[in-house]
Amino acid sequence: MRKFLASAKLLAGAALAGALLAGTSAYADQPRPWETSFQAPATDMMRQIEWFGNYTFAFIVVITLLVLVLLAYCILRFRASANPVPSRTSHNTLIEVIWTVGPVVVLLLIAIPSFQLLTAQYTPPEEAKLTVKATGNQWNWDYEYQVDKSFSFNSAILQDGDRAKAGKEDRSLYPRLLAVDNELVVPVNTMTRVLITATDVIHSFAVPSFGIKMDAVPGRTNETWFKADKEGLYYGQCSQLCGKDHAFMPIAVRVVSDAQFKTWLEAAKTDVPAANKALMAEIDGTNKVAAAGN
Amino acid sequence: MAEAAAHEHHDHRPHGWVRWVYSTNHKDIGTLYLIFAIIAGIIGGALSVAIRMELQEPGIQIFSGLAQMVYGMQGDAAIDGGKSMYNAFGAAHGLIMIFFMVMPALIGGFANWMVPIMIGAPDMAFPRMNNISFWLLPPAFLLLLGSMFVPSAPGAFGVGGGWTIYPPLSTSGQPGPAMDLAILSIHIAGASSILGAINFITTIFNMRAPGMTMHKMPLFAWAVLITAFLLLLSLPVLAGGITMLLTDRNFGTSFFVPDNGGDPLLFQHLFWFFGHPEVYILILPGFGIISHIVSTFSKKPVFGYLGMAYAMVAIGAVGFIVWAHHMYTTGLSLDTQRYFVFATMVIAVPTGVKIFSWIATMWGGSISFKPPMLWALGFIFLFTIGGVTGVQLANAGLDRSLHDTYFVIAHFHYVLSLGAVFAIFAGWYYWFPKMTGYMYSPVIANTHFWVTFVGVNLIFFPQHFLGLAGMPRRTVDYPDAFAGWNMISSYGSYIAAVGVAIFLYGVFEAFQKKRVAGANPWGEGATTLEWQLPSPPPFHQWEQLPKIK
Repeated sequence: MRKFLASAKLLAGAALAGALLAGTSAYADQPRPWETSFQAPATDMMRQIEWFGNYTFAFIVVITLLVLVLLAYCILRFRASANPVPSRTSHNTLIEVIWTVGPVVVLLLIAIPSFQLLTAQYTPPEEAKLTVKATGNQWNWDYEYQVDKSFSFNSAILQDGDRAKAGKEDRSLYPRLLAVDNELVVPVNTMTRVLITATDVIHSFAVPSFGIKMDAVPGRTNETWFKADKEGLYYGQCSQLCGKDHAFMPIAVRVVSDAQFKTWLEAAKTDVPAANKALMAEIDGTNKVAAAGN
Repeated sequence: MAEAAAHEHHDHRPHGWVRWVYSTNHKDIGTLYLIFAIIAGIIGGALSVAIRMELQEPGIQIFSGLAQMVYGMQGDAAIDGGKSMYNAFGAAHGLIMIFFMVMPALIGGFANWMVPIMIGAPDMAFPRMNNISFWLLPPAFLLLLGSMFVPSAPGAFGVGGGWTIYPPLSTSGQPGPAMDLAILSIHIAGASSILGAINFITTIFNMRAPGMTMHKMPLFAWAVLITAFLLLLSLPVLAGGITMLLTDRNFGTSFFVPDNGGDPLLFQHLFWFFGHPEVYILILPGFGIISHIVSTFSKKPVFGYLGMAYAMVAIGAVGFIVWAHHMYTTGLSLDTQRYFVFATMVIAVPTGVKIFSWIATMWGGSISFKPPMLWALGFIFLFTIGGVTGVQLANAGLDRSLHDTYFVIAHFHYVLSLGAVFAIFAGWYYWFPKMTGYMYSPVIANTHFWVTFVGVNLIFFPQHFLGLAGMPRRTVDYPDAFAGWNMISSYGSYIAAVGVAIFLYGVFEAFQKKRVAGANPWGEGATTLEWQLPSPPPFHQWEQLPKIK
């Protein structure tokens, strides 16, 4: 919501640029039309991945342009009509050393932050405060909250017929193929550990905004973690071919405030759908108040 | 008497179907391979166009109808059948393009035709084995095509597990016979390739003309030699992996079944131990072809010949120790991922040497832009794009976000569909006059190039964006936000399909017009031995071995 307000302010400021931005950043947590880069990050890890992506992108753009310019120069300068007599040069030790050592230096420049990023992904900065187990099935997910009185529920794609009943008729907030019946609910700014496994075939648990993707392999429990720092609804999709309905097993994570999470958790231990309804009512209520206040 | 027998044998030239089916002549077998590759390429390409038609818009439009037409399904069953059919098309497209299009074209076709001639040998070392290694391919191909019409999972036909056929989706996930047919198909195609590899290694090591030392051997022969070693070492591992898959499926073993102590990831290790060298198998012969073409049309010897040859040796060797970079998200330990990141990045160095050496070959040359050179230039630039995105993907930390998205699809199609395939067409336009004796229309060849260039870039460049935005691969439908770039990508595939039609017309036109090409249509730059023979070369060449100074 803060994001939306920010873009609304921009809209008032700069009409055209603002309009573009509002169109693209109102729902920063899901893919947008004609997007050319990563979804907006919601964790520090994804910010690091994005930085590293841009960093390597700078190198590869320069390399590609270098090759393009050299090719263009050869095509123009050494075409038969411009250079009828070819040289016979076929060796130049210096240049061969340069184009071997040059790439090595570039790779070192890439490798250092690359190893830092990789190490950071496997070195959680703190102990997890919440552990959730995600189990992939053909073609839905089971989420088990490993809290004092652990409980679990199933999360499957939202059927069109159930939209009205679930109060999820807003297709910009609950998009086709991404919206689910029961979201994974986690508190904001909380170190969350996800244990990932599968019951039948291999699936993959991925949330682009969080910078996580981990295969759900039968007979094996993988682990990943995230610490979402923006409240909102984040979408991912199963990222390992798992059969007929591979395209239809989305992942939806709702990041809420600590207080909202505590309320939801207590309610969800006995009745998940009711807890979700109450949570949605509260979030939508605050949003409406905020929008009205604006 | 021995002399008389030899003479009689020499004059014996089979005709009609016997010439082709019983053929032991490397040029005839090469021609068979090329025709086979064209047919398989058209089928594999048609599958990909069907995939792009489906993905042109969100929702399921094409495949439910196709399932209705082909399998006679109705209503919801047709939609479900269509989803599975989409997966089957994806798997078949990958397997066909790799095993029945690129490999037969580059190794079976061009290498069979040109390697013996280039090294001054009368034929391959084992002509009869050459025959069987071709004739194993059509039954393998028919098995794979047949698998698309037999059941896999309930209500589904064809192998729906991608070309990587990961278990348990390929075992308990698809109990029907389709997967067994596909496994047998890969077994047979693999046996064919292993036989071919043995033949090339023996031929190149033992049958070089007097004076042709390894370090005087043309780079295409080097490329094929290294490729043959990669085939020989990697395919048995694949054969082992898919045999275990077969016994897991049919005979109650549990190599990949976790319930009984097996591990699904073991298959991924075996598969990619083959699979990664395989991508170099697909591209190395192309490297060789591009070197010849760039040198020929720049009228200059290849720059840094030894560096070029040993860069390919290095790529081949390192290619064997990077396989798990396909598995960064499977739960590999941190140290394992660190190693594979490092090893993978190393490959960029010899690859860079090759790109820069091609440019240096052109530098100072007198370049004529005949169709083969156009394709070669396209290859160098597009392969560079695919190469640099590969450098990005090598980093496990970044691959976390890109793995199994369309970014990966874009990357490997830039190196294969725009790399290997451009090399095939470059080789085709380079050697077509030599193989047939006829010169094609350069106008048609150039049109083919430009239409294909625009088409394939439209297909695959936007897929980088889709991947960054998070679109997973191998999905029959996608969230509406991905619609824009998918539409562009689909239009690109229709343009590329027009390119294929232009290619076929160009072949037809060349045979119809029968313009005589002459022994060496490319002039002084074409220095390898094939250009010293008439076009087409005699049925048996080098009756007197050429002397290499």
